[in-house]
Amino acid sequence: MDLYLPIAGLSVNVLVIVGLGGIVGILSGMFGVGGGFLTTPLLIFYGIPPAVAVASSSTQITGASVSGVLAHRRRQGVDFHMGAVLAAGGAIGSVAGGYVFRWLQRTGQIDTVVAILYVVLLGSIGTLMTKEAVQSIAVMRGRAAPPAAARRHHPLITALPLRWRFYRSGLYVSPLAPLLLGFVAGVLTVLLGVGGGFLLVPAMIYLLGMSTRVVVGTSLFQTLFVTAATTLIHATTTKAVDIVLAGLLLIGSVTGAQVGARFAQRVRPEWLRLALALIVLAVAVRMALGLGWRPDDIYTVQPL
Amino acid sequence: MLLPLAALLLGGAAKPQLVPDVSQDRVDIVYSFTGAELLLFGAIVYPGGRTPAHPADVVVVLKGPAESMLLREKQKVAGIWLNADSGRFRSVPSFYAVASSAPLSRIVDQRTAAIYEFGVDNIQLSPASSATPEAQRRFEAGLVGLKRKMGLYVEEPGRVRVRQGVLYRARMRLPARVPVGTYTAETFLVQDGRVIAAQVRDVVVERRGFERLVAGYAQDHALAYGLGAVALSVLLGWAAGAAFGRKRG
Repeated sequence: MDLYLPIAGLSVNVLVIVGLGGIVGILSGMFGVGGGFLTTPLLIFYGIPPAVAVASSSTQITGASVSGVLAHRRRQGVDFHMGAVLAAGGAIGSVAGGYVFRWLQRTGQIDTVVAILYVVLLGSIGTLMTKEAVQSIAVMRGRAAPPAAARRHHPLITALPLRWRFYRSGLYVSPLAPLLLGFVAGVLTVLLGVGGGFLLVPAMIYLLGMSTRVVVGTSLFQTLFVTAATTLIHATTTKAVDIVLAGLLLIGSVTGAQVGARFAQRVRPEWLRLALALIVLAVAVRMALGLGWRPDDIYTVQPL
Repeated sequence: MLLPLAALLLGGAAKPQLVPDVSQDRVDIVYSFTGAELLLFGAIVYPGGRTPAHPADVVVVLKGPAESMLLREKQKVAGIWLNADSGRFRSVPSFYAVASSAPLSRIVDQRTAAIYEFGVDNIQLSPASSATPEAQRRFEAGLVGLKRKMGLYVEEPGRVRVRQGVLYRARMRLPARVPVGTYTAETFLVQDGRVIAAQVRDVVVERRGFERLVAGYAQDHALAYGLGAVALSVLLGWAAGAAFGRKRG
């Protein structure tokens, strides 16, 4: 079943795209990551022009996040207060990211920078998460003593001025910390075509010390706003948002997100975190190899 | 561009004439578009209606609108493949397909092939950079190789069928990712290594209906289009969330 994509300028198999959206949706519901770090490369691999893939997958992540936020809200898993601060930072970050993106595009180094960012970020976060998850699983099985009570949040964060109470997160911290965090996630959303969840979720747990029960829902809430802003930025600058492509991905991913959220409640969070850590590591390793391997095409064209 | 040249070459009245046609002068891209097939056909009218013992050969070239392109070349620097060199081209046909009644190398010599842009290696790309000739050749080969891989540059020797020396036909396939714009379908009559007649027809490739509406809206009302895309995704996400929530009761 083929359908022509008006902006991408080619026809695709509907079932493949909906299926891809479904897989990504399950991941986003389970882990609170947008799944963009999988969608964008897979779309490019399928033959969609990179600009269209990045722009349309951010539109798709918006929808998947709405679906995910709703699922998490039902079980009180969203701190809207914290989410609003993160989203504000994210909106500023996505505008800043837009400038960086265009500058890198002009110099022709966008692919390399994106790939190196992926490797460094995913590699370090993946390693950190794997270590932590393996430890907590060992504790869970009684094979290791629980680690000494960790400090609530990073000393740098306690040093920030101005403190707000975030009830659902169980935090009393400066709003500057989540604002800054949101900013970084916003820049990455535009640059990497990802929701930034893979960075936000661990940062919220390990840096802010947020209650894990609200981390995924709140991260999705932030992702929702930042990807919406990113879609608008892409629609007005690169004009590469393909509404048909995004719609197809959405049909798959909104259903997937519901399934994923349900599944997440049945699995021990320790295993869930280990699984996410391994996926993140796998993508990082694949990207690192890609940098060193001779690419299939050493030539790329760009219209002037 | 080639017509005045062809007219010059034609000169004498006792030369054969070409009467070409295209199965359709417009290709509509709609939601179900997976590519199209164009039939380029016509007749060769020999003076006095006498078909010679060795009928002329026919070459058909279908060309898409030209665009400026920047080609980047990756090189291995410190163990990493990154864009290290680049070259500009001013007139890169977005699509190019050539079909002929016999292999091009047997019909014309290299010089004639270059003049008439017969064959993917003879397309005039108008390089516009200060690269060395050697690098320029590498870039050209890279660009053509890339386009061939994408199915946008095609060579189909033997695709033109000539019947009884007077009727010819060639089926040309336009792939699904064909760029929109005005295409030219050029037909050449070649005898003894010389082009003795040439004709051009235009073919318009356009998006129609919903596809045209979406592409136009994205271009002219970018902000509204973006807001629409966000609204659509929020709505779909909310609908799925609500539907699943209810099912669970």
